Amino acid sequence: MITDIDFQIMWNRLISVVEEQAQTLIRTAFGTSTREAGDLSAGVYDRRGQMIAQAVTGTPGHVNSMARTVGHVLAKFPAETMKEGDVFITNDPWMGTGHLNDIVVVTPAHLEGRLIGFFACTLHVVDIGGAGSSRSFQVYEEGIRIPIVRLVEAGTFSETLLDTIRANVREPVEVLGDIRSEVAANAVACRRLARMMREFGLADLEALSDYILTRSKQAILTRIRALPRGTFENWMTTDGITGPITLKARVTVGEDGLDVEYFDCPPVVELGFNVPYCYTDAYTCFGLHCVVAADVPNNAGSLSAIRVHVPENTMLNAPDPLPVTSRALMGQLLPDLMLGCLAQIVPEKVMAEGSARLWSVGIAGGLGRVKADPALLAGSRRFEVSVFQSGGMGARFAQDGLSATAFPSGVRNISVELTETYAPVVFRRKEYRQDSGGPGRSRGGLGQSVEIAGTSALPFAVSTSFDRIQFPARGRAGGHAGARGYLGKSTGEVLPGKGYHQIDAGESIVIEIPGGGGYHDPRTRDPALVARDVRNGLVSAEQARAAYGVALTAEGAVDAEATRALRAGAGAT
Amino acid sequence: MAGQKTQDVIVSVDVGGTFTDVVLQRGRDRVTGKVLTDAAHPDRGILAGVEMLLERQGVAPAEVTLFLHGTTLATNALIERKGAVTALLTTEGFRDSIEIGYEDRFDQYDIFIEKARPLVPRTLRHTVRERMLVGGRIDTPLDEAGVLAFADALPGLGVESVAVGFLHSYANPAHEEQARDLILSRCPDISVTLSSEVCPEVREYERFTTATANAYVQPLMRRYLRGLERSLDQRGYHCPVLLMTSGGGLTTIATACDYPIRLVESGPAGGAILAVGTARDMGLGDILSFDMGGTTAKICLIDGLQPQSSRAFEVDRQYNYMKGSGLPIRIPVIEMVEIGAGGGSIAGIDDLGRLAVGPESAGSTPGPASYGRGGDRPTVTDANLLLGKIDPAGFAAGTLPLDAAAARAAVASHVGVPLALEIEDASHGIAEMVEENMANAARRHAAESGKSLEGRSLIAFGGSAPLHAARLAEKLGIDEVIVPPHAGVGSAVGFLRAPISYQVVRSFVVQLSTMDCAAFEAMLAGMDAAARAVVELAADAARITGSGTVSMRYVGQGHEFEVPLPPRPFDAAARDALRRSFTERYVQLFGAEVPRQDLEIVDIACRAEAPPVVAGAAAVAAAPAAFRPEPQALRQVMDHGSRRMAETRAYDRAELAPGAEIDGPAILYEAETTTVVTAGFRAAIDPTGAIRLRRKPA
Repeated sequence: MITDIDFQIMWNRLISVVEEQAQTLIRTAFGTSTREAGDLSAGVYDRRGQMIAQAVTGTPGHVNSMARTVGHVLAKFPAETMKEGDVFITNDPWMGTGHLNDIVVVTPAHLEGRLIGFFACTLHVVDIGGAGSSRSFQVYEEGIRIPIVRLVEAGTFSETLLDTIRANVREPVEVLGDIRSEVAANAVACRRLARMMREFGLADLEALSDYILTRSKQAILTRIRALPRGTFENWMTTDGITGPITLKARVTVGEDGLDVEYFDCPPVVELGFNVPYCYTDAYTCFGLHCVVAADVPNNAGSLSAIRVHVPENTMLNAPDPLPVTSRALMGQLLPDLMLGCLAQIVPEKVMAEGSARLWSVGIAGGLGRVKADPALLAGSRRFEVSVFQSGGMGARFAQDGLSATAFPSGVRNISVELTETYAPVVFRRKEYRQDSGGPGRSRGGLGQSVEIAGTSALPFAVSTSFDRIQFPARGRAGGHAGARGYLGKSTGEVLPGKGYHQIDAGESIVIEIPGGGGYHDPRTRDPALVARDVRNGLVSAEQARAAYGVALTAEGAVDAEATRALRAGAGAT
Repeated sequence: MAGQKTQDVIVSVDVGGTFTDVVLQRGRDRVTGKVLTDAAHPDRGILAGVEMLLERQGVAPAEVTLFLHGTTLATNALIERKGAVTALLTTEGFRDSIEIGYEDRFDQYDIFIEKARPLVPRTLRHTVRERMLVGGRIDTPLDEAGVLAFADALPGLGVESVAVGFLHSYANPAHEEQARDLILSRCPDISVTLSSEVCPEVREYERFTTATANAYVQPLMRRYLRGLERSLDQRGYHCPVLLMTSGGGLTTIATACDYPIRLVESGPAGGAILAVGTARDMGLGDILSFDMGGTTAKICLIDGLQPQSSRAFEVDRQYNYMKGSGLPIRIPVIEMVEIGAGGGSIAGIDDLGRLAVGPESAGSTPGPASYGRGGDRPTVTDANLLLGKIDPAGFAAGTLPLDAAAARAAVASHVGVPLALEIEDASHGIAEMVEENMANAARRHAAESGKSLEGRSLIAFGGSAPLHAARLAEKLGIDEVIVPPHAGVGSAVGFLRAPISYQVVRSFVVQLSTMDCAAFEAMLAGMDAAARAVVELAADAARITGSGTVSMRYVGQGHEFEVPLPPRPFDAAARDALRRSFTERYVQLFGAEVPRQDLEIVDIACRAEAPPVVAGAAAVAAAPAAFRPEPQALRQVMDHGSRRMAETRAYDRAELAPGAEIDGPAILYEAETTTVVTAGFRAAIDPTGAIRLRRKPA
């Protein structure tokens, strides 16, 4: 008889199998975003295509969208047509994880010749052809699209497909290497799963899957039912593409879960900032999950307790063939919108708004990437690297926000020394940005101040899609907003946050990454903490005085009397 | 005692958090002892323990020919943040590199985490104008006046130790060296650590953090080591003192004073070296070493008598040993995974209704419920007691009688009742869950290391490991388990088997197809000489051997595999051999090579090594004839297959002579631990005294 504890042990084992899948991916991948930054995801599915476990390693936008990919594969290739040794692939934004750069590989897992389930993984490849950056008007211009097809048939790679991909991307070695590493990661996981099932004497995964999904759903529903019932609305204005965009949503807490409804949804846009539904769904669920059930594993069971409704043909539910390459811009802002809904019922479990969007820059150079004398460029080094960077997270109810930390994205940065190895650039500065954390009793996390120059006599190009330049991360409950972001050149020229910018020799690009919002009135912050922040250079004496109402002596100690006066006067002004 | 003077008399001491273990080896005789660690004056505890043992054996301090020592002092200073007031001097614009870290969150869903604090607060992080580029080209010369101004400010700030970390210093250390000279010109007594010396590797966050960690523990460790040296000398010891390092080799006090960070985790390293010695004595192949005590379990992979080495280590993981919650240190280490699974790990039901065991531990106070010291939550030890695996009267050599009723009450109220399970089923669940957790950690570790577990022998030591080793092996598909003798003081015994060694590491990226073999050979020669020079401080030059590894990958990948360097000199044939070794390993791990892709070397490690001072057990002429001993007792023990308590034979290990063979299920008990032989295994006593479990033929 299989007892409850047996199921629990098998559940743990399954999580360890997908973790091993993710680690294999990291070890063998070619693209820096996978191997250094962890921009990937891995998961196991039952025969019906339901995701039953996912690797802890990975990034939320991938994980929750990939949850549905196996279902799409099954819709096109029914289970009975699959052979042992088959591997499927797609980068269809609406079937995979939201844009063409993410390649999903799905491998059916067999035991004694019978299909028992699937492994899927996804990663972000450095280039997928097309125009590059978000300058396209249709998905066709964004690169090569691979529909759901067999990449490997009964153990043999489709050289036709590989050749086709090779001919369509700028970095074929990396891209094909990454695809092979996905196939290898799934293969390792299939072997581990088969061994686990033999060890536990399982013929299929269905009973285990039912146990996991039921348990997870029950657990998340228990948490949700403990929340006050009702519908809670929030809105957030973002810089937008050509003008400000206001996102609006309401979360309804009900008996059978959370229903999220986006309303007055912004219309689709011309350029690639549109978001396919799967990606909107992914980050919406992630934001709610963090607050409601951080310890409940993510799978089809727990995901089914959250339903996301988005009007069709809008920016957050953009249909094929709209351009979607920069879908992360809007997607990464959604958790803050969700946190704002829940702040009304569980203020102690949420953060103030944060910088949210990664402030990553793509750096490229060489022929075809920048405008310069083609004769000079012809012999020059071609390069293409991503620099992952983050601003400040929002303040927590009773803790300061984390500085220079990615949220909601789960990626890590790549060391400056390595980036300088991959591209002929030099970072002049990358450190905390004073006064960028939103003042509050809990202070928002700080952003960073970054400056990058070229090391050759040739220009280089920088592509960006930043937000929070006009509309900062707002504070909560009397907390102030975090500092706005800024993008410009060392010449003083201000650059738009979203675009493709050429930096000529002798110039550098200056990036001021936004900070997170504060929580509660800064004038209630312990003056000793303010003095410490000033001593550490995180807050200036001016901001201490103006925002926190804290006066310091020449030695940097709290001037208690002047502070009292400042704080008493605050109410009057 | 005539003739003994010419014999080696070696003292080995491992100072742990609770106990100081002492081993005295004289010729082939070995005696061991344990005293409480004197936290305030660790050297006093050491001398007390050593002299107790010497007196008992009638050996005078002057007769001791070698003193080996490992200590947790450096580790504790880092974990408890009790090191020196340390300043960092770094490149202008990079004041926060050691705090910004990776910019990620080690827990995806928990928005309330705090990250590990850097060892140097922002007020003590200063910057200076200077800049090297990739490859070590100077972009901005060092602002000497800026360095001097920094140095002049140090006394006023109470700084005792300084770390200097500049960008790309691994490629060109000139600015760091210049800065050190300038600082010492103003503050001759201050400790200065250069990132380019302690960790000449690319990636500024890890390199700078390692430099600050070295600087942070240096004043403390210098005082301690020099003090110990003086005390030993005063008390009549006139022998060399060697220190155990995290890399599994022994080094001199002088080297330890320069690089005290290399002393962290020397105890666990000693355990791995014990496993290597056991494997060598018994002629075993690849090993999984499994060390389980009261709080944590440590697992290490050993291939061909070489423990898996690494240059990355995380100290002070603050969130239940969670990866990413500590500080990264890059030094040569024996790579192991540590998880919160020990005899004291507490079992409970989480609010999803799932059984969870550890990482929270009851420690020794209050300890498991059965200790009767006020603990009322069930632990792994309590479960083992209720499953009959531990004899309540025989625990810890009978010094601590266990209270089964208390264990029963704790398991019932925290696990049995909530899950509606009988007491034995609940206990069985606790044991299975902790074994599963360890098995998962081992699997994940193997995956991260690009290694497999099949075909290994598992070597178990530490008080709790032999209880769980057989089930762990079953879960991992391992067919052989070894429980060596003297497992209770494993680390100190391990020191005796450690080589005197030193490793020099360098980041150096070069593609195989275009490399200049002669220039590469010249670099290897330089590194080899540097490593030998350190070992020569403690060993005869003629006995030193050199070896090297390079880490390699396909051009474009980000993670490397270590491949041994073919014998020098390095030439075109050696290069081809490297290519072959890498490809073989890659195919073995991932099924297929990456066609038409060039390989690159990323970094190089050269190691010089003199053989261990104590050789292994002399080979026993012939295996003793097998026989079936009679059990000392019959006990009720849980049978995993039927999940019932069943009458099981119990044997006293001390009574078992080599050649004894025992079919599982059975229990082999001894003073410090119990070896559980599951139904799937057969135990035999090896000529070396080790218990050897082998999977019965199916």
